[in-house]
Amino acid sequence: MTLPALIFVLVSLLAAPLLTGWIVRVKAFFGGRCGAPLLQPYRDLFRLLRKGAVYSRSTSPLFWLGPMATLAATAVALCLLPLPGYTALIAFPGDLVLFAYLFAFGRFFTILAALDTASAFEGMGASREAWYAIFAELILFLALANLARFTNSLSLSQIFESHAVSINYADSPALALLVVSLFVALLTENCRIPVDDPTTHLELTMIHEVMVLDHSGPDFAFILYGAALKLWIWGMFITLVIISAFPSPNALRPLIAAGVLFVIATAVGIVESVMARLRLGQVPQMLMGAGALGLLSYIILG
Amino acid sequence: MIAAVIVLPILFSAAAWLVRNVRLRRRLWLACSLLHVGMVISLAFQPAQPILGGWLAVDALGLLFLGIVSLLFLVSAAYGQGWLAQAHAGASQGGRDPERIFIACMLIFLSTMSLVVLSHHLGLLWVAVEATTLASAPLIFFHRTVHSLEATWKYLLICSVGIALALFGTFFLGAAASAGGREGSLLLDRLLRLGPQLDVRLTRIAFIFLLVGYGTKMGLAPMHTWLPDAHSEAPSVVSSLLSGVLLNCAFLAILRAYQICQAAGDAAFARAILLIFGLVSMLLAAVFILNQPDYKRLLAYSSVEHMGILAFGIGLGSAGYYFVLFHALNHSLTKSGLFLTAGNILSVFRTKAIGEVHGLARSHPGIGWAWVIGFLAITGTPFFGLFISEFNLLGVAVLGDRLIVAAIYLFLLTAVFIGMAAAFFPMVQGAAVNEPQEKLPALLRLLPLLLFLLTFSLGVHIPAGLDGLLRLGAAALGGGQ
Amino acid sequence: MQTVIDIFLLLVLLSDLYLLSLTRLGAAIRVMAFQGVLLALLPLLPAGGILSLHGLIIAVSSLAIKAILIPRFLSHAAREVHTGLAIDSHIPYGAALLTGMGMVLVSFWVARKFALPVTVTSRLWIPVSLAAVMIGLLMLIIRKKAISQVIGYLVLENGIYILGLSLAAQMPFLVELGVLLDVFAGVFIMGIIMNHIKNYFDDLDVDNLTILKD
Repeated sequence: MTLPALIFVLVSLLAAPLLTGWIVRVKAFFGGRCGAPLLQPYRDLFRLLRKGAVYSRSTSPLFWLGPMATLAATAVALCLLPLPGYTALIAFPGDLVLFAYLFAFGRFFTILAALDTASAFEGMGASREAWYAIFAELILFLALANLARFTNSLSLSQIFESHAVSINYADSPALALLVVSLFVALLTENCRIPVDDPTTHLELTMIHEVMVLDHSGPDFAFILYGAALKLWIWGMFITLVIISAFPSPNALRPLIAAGVLFVIATAVGIVESVMARLRLGQVPQMLMGAGALGLLSYIILG
Repeated sequence: MIAAVIVLPILFSAAAWLVRNVRLRRRLWLACSLLHVGMVISLAFQPAQPILGGWLAVDALGLLFLGIVSLLFLVSAAYGQGWLAQAHAGASQGGRDPERIFIACMLIFLSTMSLVVLSHHLGLLWVAVEATTLASAPLIFFHRTVHSLEATWKYLLICSVGIALALFGTFFLGAAASAGGREGSLLLDRLLRLGPQLDVRLTRIAFIFLLVGYGTKMGLAPMHTWLPDAHSEAPSVVSSLLSGVLLNCAFLAILRAYQICQAAGDAAFARAILLIFGLVSMLLAAVFILNQPDYKRLLAYSSVEHMGILAFGIGLGSAGYYFVLFHALNHSLTKSGLFLTAGNILSVFRTKAIGEVHGLARSHPGIGWAWVIGFLAITGTPFFGLFISEFNLLGVAVLGDRLIVAAIYLFLLTAVFIGMAAAFFPMVQGAAVNEPQEKLPALLRLLPLLLFLLTFSLGVHIPAGLDGLLRLGAAALGGGQ
Repeated sequence: MQTVIDIFLLLVLLSDLYLLSLTRLGAAIRVMAFQGVLLALLPLLPAGGILSLHGLIIAVSSLAIKAILIPRFLSHAAREVHTGLAIDSHIPYGAALLTGMGMVLVSFWVARKFALPVTVTSRLWIPVSLAAVMIGLLMLIIRKKAISQVIGYLVLENGIYILGLSLAAQMPFLVELGVLLDVFAGVFIMGIIMNHIKNYFDDLDVDNLTILKD
């Protein structure tokens, strides 16, 4: 439990919604609009927190437990992520498996809460989410295997601290393949185009949106904040992969990380602006392609 | 002279393309083949030096196969004159005429086959074999029917893929030569001289790919699937060339690969694989010959069988090489004659179904007798040439203590005999067909008989010159007789 | 330089895998043109970009044939054939991609098991060529349209070409040229036959060509 790690967690918790706001700004730029202010997500969150929640008579305590559990899982996952150059708040051998499964845990509770409403609509979204998550998790595990193989350790902090990544990946196109496949997984897990449109409210096209349709007030605030945090974590994960491939002085690393993170967010915004949603049946194909890229990246390094 | 053998047909092809007069075009075809035969005869008596740094050269094997190419091409050209005149009496003048493409491609076909036979560089050999595929595809499609379209497509695709695999093998062979830091080479003579220094493992992989690749072109099972369609849907002149000459050229490519394996000391492995492929081909051919309803397909499967016998013969070892080469020669003569006779039957009866043809002996004795003689020749009846080779190969197998192999061989030959007899004889016997049939030109009926006569005379007595050539060829493959 | 070679080979492999999951023929032909460009430039790389006359001629003719002429023929043959949403494959595209990945795995494993004498530095030559050959064969088997089969054949030829470059870096000039011309003539004639198929059947579905059988 070091000070830099603690500061990193606190900064992440505070700054996560900024990323979402930034993506909205990028999309607005492409649309020729001014867009909502950067701090708008914070205002949304405060507004929701002050409201009261409406619960259906047909739901159980699982309904309001779901968002809380998801947020908690995401926050713990954040603690597992190391600040570039330092150890994470929580680090132990095997924590990378926990990292992947915390997301699964969160997703599980979101799905349960969705099914709890007994709405066929939300069940539909839940099933789609579960289906895509299979591939996304596979990609994540491939990436983790890729990273872990050279370091002989199963702890995220150790992987990113050691120089094994930079030695093996620096000169090889394997890094590009890995980053691209992780980027596709990011788009999937965080419900971005081309998988799911976060702004759509058309009935048959929602995936994530439809799962959380019935939440309101603080529950919805938890969900929105959790989504922003999850985006931050995924972005930071890709940033770590990129940074650890190129050696740089320890002191500068947090700054470089912030820069790369916002570049990734911009990339997400650009992808969202120039592409359209894929047909539902094509998403697994795209994910398999991304998985193939990750697998290739594993293979070509011998 | 070597260059002339290859280049001359191309020049004639260009001329045929440009000429507008239909009869002149057909005569060009005949003229070119006559000249080609003349050049080959002069090559036989006055050996030529290798050219292009050893890339093109004439050796015993090459001369033998070149002779087959040239002779059968001449026979086809002679047959083709009458056939085109009769079947295409209404051929239009000028550019849109499919006959123009036909004759031009036919001559390019001759050139590429000569190139295959004379090539001593494995890369050039590959280019030439693929070129024969490309030159012969339009020939199969001459009649522009749906069936021939399908046959052409299968032929083109399967043979091209197979030959691509042969290229794979060629590269491995180049690597085998360059193992140990030497500069790699694909020249046959250099590879043979390197001999034991070739990397054995790579040579093996190369041989497998070369066998599968060129074996596709040769018609070895299970890569033969294009053969029945292509050989049955093509015009009979083309079928006779495909079966009689092209399969041999592919076989020559495999023989070159075998020579290299022999030099590398790994011939036993090659022989084992060839034996298996040979027997499998014979088996598959026998299965499809029994109860075959289409007589041209029957002949095509018979080609598969005989290619199997060739592979089998090499697989038996050095004692059999002489007879394998003799078999190749006689099979070409016989199968060509059979396909030309089939062409005659098709012209008269206009059907390829065995069930619909009968009474040949009464209505068209010339064709009927040719059909029967051809049957006897192809199944190895004494004293046709094929009898000598098939019988002696059996002897080699028995004397080499490979009794099971010999038994299978004999059984399959018998099965094919039965299948073919059941097909051939009903066509010849029976009541004559009543409608007045047009009489075919005498030459068309005579040419097959000439070929059968030739194979019979070879069976009775092998002239000294040919015998010497066969012995040289067998020696080149690594064995005495 | 090795990284650049690695990137080129990887792009070839990725384009092959992409072809397996591609539905639209127009896009497939463009990918083939892209591969043609890659393969035209590939022989120049091991020499460090130094151009000999031999290399230049081969590169230019390779570019002309593989990147320009052959895609032109294929587009011409594909024109007026309404492929639209027609399924072009006997197995689902996802399964095709999985099989392709399996083949990539196998080819990397084989390349490691049989240490072949490679005359150039990158370790990716043999696996990529083996994978390309296998993926080409796979496309030939599972695709229903004649053009897709021709594209599979071209992928196969490209794979073999890559192997040739790696095993015998100095291929005789005439042979390289001959191979190129053969491929070109092959596609040319296939294009002509495809036109005829189109005229007879109004589409390029190879299932129409199953009349002849025993």
